[in-house]
Amino acid sequence: MIKVDVAVIGGGPAGLAAALSARENGAEKVLIIERDARLGGILSQCIHNGFGLHMFNEELTGPEYADRYIRRVEQSDIEVMLNTMVLEVTRSKTIHCINSDRGYITVEAGALILAMGCRERTRGALNIAGDRPSGVYTAGSAQYMVNMQNFMPGRKVVILGSGDIGLIMARRMTWEGAEVKMVCELMNYSAGLNRNIAQCLVDYDIPLKFNHTVVKIHGRSRLEGVTIAKVDEKLKPIKESFEYVECDTLLLSVGLIPENELTDNLQVDMNPVTKGAVVDETRQTSLEGVFACGNVLHVHDLVDNVSKEADIAGRNAAQYLKNSIERTREIKVKSGENIRYTLPNYIRTDIDKLDIYYRVTKTIKPAVVDVYADGVKLKSKKLLVLNPGEMETINIDIPVDAREISVEARENI
Amino acid sequence: MKKEMEMTCIVCPVGCVMHAEMDGENIQVTGNGCKRGYTYAVNEMTNPTRMVTSSVLVKGGDMPLVSVKTKEAVPKGKIDEIVSLIKQAEVKAPVNIGDVIIKNAAGTNVDVIATRNVG
Repeated sequence: MIKVDVAVIGGGPAGLAAALSARENGAEKVLIIERDARLGGILSQCIHNGFGLHMFNEELTGPEYADRYIRRVEQSDIEVMLNTMVLEVTRSKTIHCINSDRGYITVEAGALILAMGCRERTRGALNIAGDRPSGVYTAGSAQYMVNMQNFMPGRKVVILGSGDIGLIMARRMTWEGAEVKMVCELMNYSAGLNRNIAQCLVDYDIPLKFNHTVVKIHGRSRLEGVTIAKVDEKLKPIKESFEYVECDTLLLSVGLIPENELTDNLQVDMNPVTKGAVVDETRQTSLEGVFACGNVLHVHDLVDNVSKEADIAGRNAAQYLKNSIERTREIKVKSGENIRYTLPNYIRTDIDKLDIYYRVTKTIKPAVVDVYADGVKLKSKKLLVLNPGEMETINIDIPVDAREISVEARENI
Repeated sequence: MKKEMEMTCIVCPVGCVMHAEMDGENIQVTGNGCKRGYTYAVNEMTNPTRMVTSSVLVKGGDMPLVSVKTKEAVPKGKIDEIVSLIKQAEVKAPVNIGDVIIKNAAGTNVDVIATRNVG
C-alpha cells in the first residue's frame, strides 16, 4: 500500500499540469499514474503545430508542448508510475492498480484528481451498415500508426467527419503519399477550425462535402469502397444521392467521449451534456476531495485551456488537504438560450470573480453573450462570431447574494 | 497583371473569409477582421507560406520515428520537396528537441528540426 497526498490518474496535459500545480501549492507527496509507457498523453502523436499560443505565446507542436511540462515534472519530486493501469477507484479515494514491475498495488490518496482524457467515437457508435473489413479506423488511431509506429493504414482514403483530427489527418496522409478523396460531414458546418479546413483541405484540393455521410461499407477482408449519401434536413440519407466511392481506408473523425469508466465507481454527479462530472469553481466533483480536469471533464479544443483548468484543479486539491476550501454557499450556473453547457456548474466558495467557460449550440454571427444573476443582467459581451466548435470564456463579478447565474447567447442585430 | 483571390484566414480561430485583389504592386484586401489578416492576405497573394510537420526514421532509438518541423513557415511551392527530403532522411538516436535534422531544407534557408526527444 502506498500513501500519497494527491494522486493524479492520467499523465497527459491535464494530469501533468494538475500534478505540478498541486505540488507547487503545498501538497507534499504527489503521484501520477499513467497507463502508457511515457508521459504526454495524446500530445505525443499530435506532431502538427498550433499548440501553446495562449500559454507560451508561441506555436509549438504537441510533443514540444508536452515536453515543457514533462521536464518540470522530472525536475520535481513528483512520483510517476508508468505502464500502470488503474482498475478501480473507491469513494474513500483508494486506487487499485497494476503494473508488471510491482504487480497489484493499492494507493491511498488524500485528494484525487481525475485526468483520464477522452477517446474517439468509433464505427459502432454510428451503426454504419455493411461488411466488417479491415481498413476502417478512427482518425486518432491512424494518427498513432503514422506518427508513432511508422505504419501507413492505407493509400486511398475517405474521411467521415470534419473534426480537427480528421482534417489534420487529411493533410498528413496526403504528405505521406496517400490519395485523400474527400471529407464527408453530416452537418452543414464543420466541427473543426476554419484554419484547418484552409490549410489541410483547401491547400490540397480535398473536397469537403457538407450534409453527406457514409451509409455502407464494402469489402470482405479489406475495405474496397464506401457508399456515401447526401442527407436531408432531418439528417436522413437521400436514396437518389447514393454514390459508390472506391477506397481502402475509411477514417472516422466523429466526436470524442470523456473516458469516465473509473469515475462511475465514485458515483459522483455527472453532466449528461458534457458526459463529464459536475464540478464547482474549484473543479471539485460532488464527492469532496475528488477533482476533475481536462478532456475527462469536458472535451476541449485547445490544450492551453486544459492546462489552465488542470492548474485550478491541482491548486484546489492542495487547498483541500489543508482544509482551506470552505463551502459557504451554492450558486447554480445555468445554460440559457443557445448555450450548450457552462463550466463550472456551481459556485460554492467565497470568491468575487469567476471565468465561466461555455459552448454555444449553433453558429451565431455577430453575437452577444449575456450573463444574468437571478434574472438581472450582470454583463454583456459582443463577439464577432460564436462557433459550437470553439469554447469561449467570460469573466464576471459575482454578486454577494446571488443564487443563480445564467448565461445566454443571441445574435447581435 | 490583375489577380484575385478568395481565402480563409488561418492566423487565428475566427477564420475570416477575405477577398484580395492585386493590380501590379497595389493590393486591396476586404473581409479581414484585423491587421494580421491583411498581412496574411498579402502574403497569400505574393508568397504564401506554411509550416511543415512530419517525422523522420530513427535508428537505435526507443521509438521508430522522431517528429520534426520546419523551424519557420516555408514557401508553399517548396512543401513537396521538403516532404520528400524528410521521407528520405534517417538519424541515429539519441535525438533531442531542437536538433537540426535537415539543414537549409530545399534551399529555403529554413532548417528542419526535431520536436521530440528519442533516447
